[in-house]
Amino acid sequence: MLSSYLTMAAILFCIGLYGALTKRNAVIVLMSVELMLNSVNLNLVAFSKYGVVPSLTGQIFSLFTISVAAAEVAVGVAILIALFRSRGSANVDEFNEMRR
Amino acid sequence: METVFSQYAWLVPVFPLAAFLILLAFGRGMKRTGPVIATLGSLASLVLSALVLIEQLGGADEYNNGFDWIQIGGYTLTVGFDVTNLTALMMVVVSLVAFLVNVYSIGYMKDDERISVFFAYVALFTCSMLGLVIADNLLMLYIFWELVGLCSFLLIGFWYYKPEAKAAAKKAFIVTRVGDVGFLIALLLLFWYMPDHDLSFAAIANVFGQTGLITEGITTLIAILIFLGAVGKSGQFPLHVWLPDAMEGPTPISALIHAATMVAAGVFLVARTFPIFEASPAALDTVAWVGAFTAIFAASIAIAQDDIKRILAYSTVSQLGYMMMALGLGSVTAAMFHLFTHAFFKALLFLGAGSVIHAVHTQNIHEMGGLGKTMKTTAWTFAVGALALAGIPPLSGFWSKDAILAEALHDHPALFAIGIAAALLTALYMSRLFFLVFAGKPRKGASGHESPAVMTVPLVVLALLAVVAGFVEMPFEGTGWFGEWLTGHAAAHEGTALVMLVSTAVGLLGIYLGWLIYVKGAIPRDAVTKRMPWLTRLLERKYYIDEIYHAVFVVSLRAIGRAFDAFDRHVVGGAVRLAGGAAVWTGRAATRMQNGQLQSYGLYAVIGLVILAAAIAGRRFW
Repeated sequence: MLSSYLTMAAILFCIGLYGALTKRNAVIVLMSVELMLNSVNLNLVAFSKYGVVPSLTGQIFSLFTISVAAAEVAVGVAILIALFRSRGSANVDEFNEMRR
Repeated sequence: METVFSQYAWLVPVFPLAAFLILLAFGRGMKRTGPVIATLGSLASLVLSALVLIEQLGGADEYNNGFDWIQIGGYTLTVGFDVTNLTALMMVVVSLVAFLVNVYSIGYMKDDERISVFFAYVALFTCSMLGLVIADNLLMLYIFWELVGLCSFLLIGFWYYKPEAKAAAKKAFIVTRVGDVGFLIALLLLFWYMPDHDLSFAAIANVFGQTGLITEGITTLIAILIFLGAVGKSGQFPLHVWLPDAMEGPTPISALIHAATMVAAGVFLVARTFPIFEASPAALDTVAWVGAFTAIFAASIAIAQDDIKRILAYSTVSQLGYMMMALGLGSVTAAMFHLFTHAFFKALLFLGAGSVIHAVHTQNIHEMGGLGKTMKTTAWTFAVGALALAGIPPLSGFWSKDAILAEALHDHPALFAIGIAAALLTALYMSRLFFLVFAGKPRKGASGHESPAVMTVPLVVLALLAVVAGFVEMPFEGTGWFGEWLTGHAAAHEGTALVMLVSTAVGLLGIYLGWLIYVKGAIPRDAVTKRMPWLTRLLERKYYIDEIYHAVFVVSLRAIGRAFDAFDRHVVGGAVRLAGGAAVWTGRAATRMQNGQLQSYGLYAVIGLVILAAAIAGRRFW
């Protein structure tokens, strides 16, 4: 059972990673990051149920992750909107402020 | 007899050292007083060394004192000084010539910008030379030996803005270095083989005086290597090439260093380590033949030179050859006697030449002439020096050259013949020089004027010495006290009358020939040139020795140097550039990677992660 959950999580993670690295639209990139986080959550829950020493810790941990991810998306979308207002675009490859 | 002054003999080199230090510290502001300080320093040395000599002449005991300098394990390095008859005599010769040259230089160098530097160097030289003389062990002598070499280098290159002077200074330093390496190896060998590693002269005399302590092969090797050092310093063939070039230095320096004292240090060294040579007949033969060959070889070159100082330089080389020949014949007495008289008359000749150059501003003897009328003092003192050098009785050169020739006749007729031939050449080139410069009519309007008294007085003093210095050792019954006092052996006096007759006749013949050619014109000057142009050319070009050295050593060494340079430039430097270039190249690539695109950063991170994962996974299969 565990391996099918893990495979599922790995597939989700890879899709998320692919989206985060290749999509130009910042909203899609944010969504892909969420996808990666969720695949991690899936892992945590799977291990807490079917792992070698099952315990509730993993599930509680994933709750934390979900709430942190929600906060992160809130901040991320806020920044995105600010950027969109100043630049008139949401394309990730047009933002290279980190270079300066 | 009590030794009163001898125990203070160590002060003799200290006076010029003090003068040197004062000039070094305050010299810049003392254009007037600086020379006086240096002169006073050498005067103090002269007075003290004269007192020591008088004491030694009075029969005082030899005196040796010193202290431990460095202790290395069980070995103690001592520093000390020796007062013997030989060193006392040398001290007086050195300090006397140094004092006179100092006085002379006050006049000669009067208008030079760097006069105090000059006097500082001269003072340092005087100190080192006196130190060399009184050193009681070979290592100390070696230190001072290098110091005089350094001073010689500094003073030859004193007019460093002249490219010839710079080149000559370098040449002198490098060529003498060849000999010094031999000396150093000899020193190491001695250190190795001597019992207790004792390098003092007393121990050397003691060890080599007994047979069997050190094998003959090693003895010969050490002797030859020491002689190599002497060959370099004393300008013997084949290392004579630096000495004529050294004439680019100021003339007083040529008189002091390159005629009277430093170049005689080689002779002094051999005389001081003579027990080693005595223990090896092969080494003695080498010394004798090298000396004899140098004597005639340099004399023949001197005939064809046009530069007044170069003629005197080759003459110095030739006379040093005589001294070496005397040493090789086993007569320290004759060698030191000739060194003693030569110091005076050759310093006189150089200072006279300096006086002439000072007046006419040229060194080419063909551009001089008729100076005898305008420069009376210079002319007659120069004549005295020239006659002494040519070996005309009763001047000092006659007696000392006779002593050498008598030794040669006694031991080795072939060397005697060479000595006589060299004497003929000596008389010929000196008369050529003298007649061209002082006789006849002035050429090219260079009439000249007499030099100031500060320059002529040293000439007169030296001329007097050149006359009387020979009387200390005359080959007559009851007059040869000098040799016995100096070395404990009386000089050989066999066949003296014959030697005296022959050498006088040869000297007079040489002068007569010179007179016929250069004054009367009975023999045309180009008689030899016309018939044998190659001979004149050969002599003018100094047997092409410089050219040969250039082709053999300079070119090949330069090629090796180029090869090493190329290796350094391309291989070593290439590796360094590669390392640097790799860092720069990596930096450039990293700069390109940092493009501000978050997604590419993510990609790099993923690639890194994949590589790490692959590496960890791959390790399993190892």
